Amino acid sequence: METDERVVLRSRRRFLEIRCRVLRLIRAFFESEGFLEVQTPLLTAAPAPEVHIRPLRAESGLFLSTSPELHMKRLLAAGFEKIFQITRSFRGGERGKLHHPEFTILEWYRSGASYKDLQQDCKNLTRFTCRAVAPEAGLYFRGLRLDFEGRWEHFSVREAFRRYAGWDPGPDPDQDRFDLDMVEKVEPSLGFPVPCILEDYPKSQAALARIKQEDPEAAERFELFWAGIELANGFSELTDPLEQRARFQSAIAKKKEMEGIGYPLPDAFLKSLEHLGPCAGIALGVDRFVMLLSGAETIDDVVAFEPE
Amino acid sequence: MAVLTAGELRKGSKLEIDGDPYLIVDFEFSKPGKGQSLYRCRLKNMITGTQLDRTYRSGDKFNTADLEEQQMQYLYSDGENYHLMNTSSFEQIEMSADAVGDASSFLSENLVVSVLLFDGKPIGLTLPNFVELKIVASAPGIKGDTASGATKTATLETGHVIQVPLFVEEGETVRIDTRTGQYVERVKV
Repeated sequence: METDERVVLRSRRRFLEIRCRVLRLIRAFFESEGFLEVQTPLLTAAPAPEVHIRPLRAESGLFLSTSPELHMKRLLAAGFEKIFQITRSFRGGERGKLHHPEFTILEWYRSGASYKDLQQDCKNLTRFTCRAVAPEAGLYFRGLRLDFEGRWEHFSVREAFRRYAGWDPGPDPDQDRFDLDMVEKVEPSLGFPVPCILEDYPKSQAALARIKQEDPEAAERFELFWAGIELANGFSELTDPLEQRARFQSAIAKKKEMEGIGYPLPDAFLKSLEHLGPCAGIALGVDRFVMLLSGAETIDDVVAFEPE
Repeated sequence: MAVLTAGELRKGSKLEIDGDPYLIVDFEFSKPGKGQSLYRCRLKNMITGTQLDRTYRSGDKFNTADLEEQQMQYLYSDGENYHLMNTSSFEQIEMSADAVGDASSFLSENLVVSVLLFDGKPIGLTLPNFVELKIVASAPGIKGDTASGATKTATLETGHVIQVPLFVEEGETVRIDTRTGQYVERVKV
């Protein structure tokens, strides 16, 4: 028997109320930190070429944005110092308890900052939001009481792999082995009951992150986990236009092979990098954050509508 | 036989792996950070019932298991194997006691059942939800006691023993829910 849609939507009211409060709190937090809220295009001709992110095609050579990252960095390069955005992003083929092809992303950027500053932002934002949202009995997710007041857990990627997967990934691990053990062994162990910062990714997993000065085998990239769920990915941004161009070209070549689509180089972004100073930026999955704060079982509960 | 990619797998998909049919009983899409899409599956071997966990990558391909269900009439058991006849082709097949499994408790001659075939070989048998079987042995009941809910043991014509209300007599026929294995009611024949 098919359930009446109204019954399903009504059952999600509590999650949607918490979602609404969380969105307001995020805005209040960044306003108090002196950030400018911006909006950037959802339609783009040149999405950031990332090997494992598949853009969805819109009409006439345009794609739906996979993240606001490139446009936000173009703003930074033009002299904007602290900016944030809450927007939709689109990624093809992603559907699960924690994934929708269309999802809500929070991104923020600080010029003159590093990934360590963003880690502090994460702590402040999480504590601020949880204190306002948590009922007296505490926050519960999948039967676990979340601790948002305690001292956060910190691991380097190499430490976490040695501890939970039993091997050292080094600077350039085998991609399949790394991804499999990350999903099966490492991620499910992180962030109980306090949130966990997993930092200093192997150089080969740098994405758009800067290589660490004190340790050329690691990238200044971190992810935030809570209750085994990946919530955010941030880094000290790579600002070298030549290095960035080379990484894009290699990703574009791989995507051509895998997807059969020749993506254009994001030229406007690459040009803006010539003016971009040191900065750091991060993306946080708002839907998952709301799941943790409301105890929702799946992402469907916190967005009301399932993807069509 | 169709070919599926990992991205097309769902809970309920039936795959052939190492020559055996598997059912996906649990499925989760997963993607580590900037890494590749991964598909975590809990698979149940449809012959042995054993479960295993496997994680697949986007490029992985699978053959769907070649499965079909056929209506068959149960004929007899030779002590080792069960003999059935396809009700549309009249072809006779043999099934091992392992493949018949617990269904043998309620399998009586001429009963029409659904047989699951993998690559043409019978691997499982599904009974109708309700079957009628004769009680061949049971201690005499107490007349009039229909409300107390008390039960006694009774042996069915298949040799299987069930609990029946006290008023059910040897020689009577009863209806049984094969999903729970429990007595439902007495049947006038």
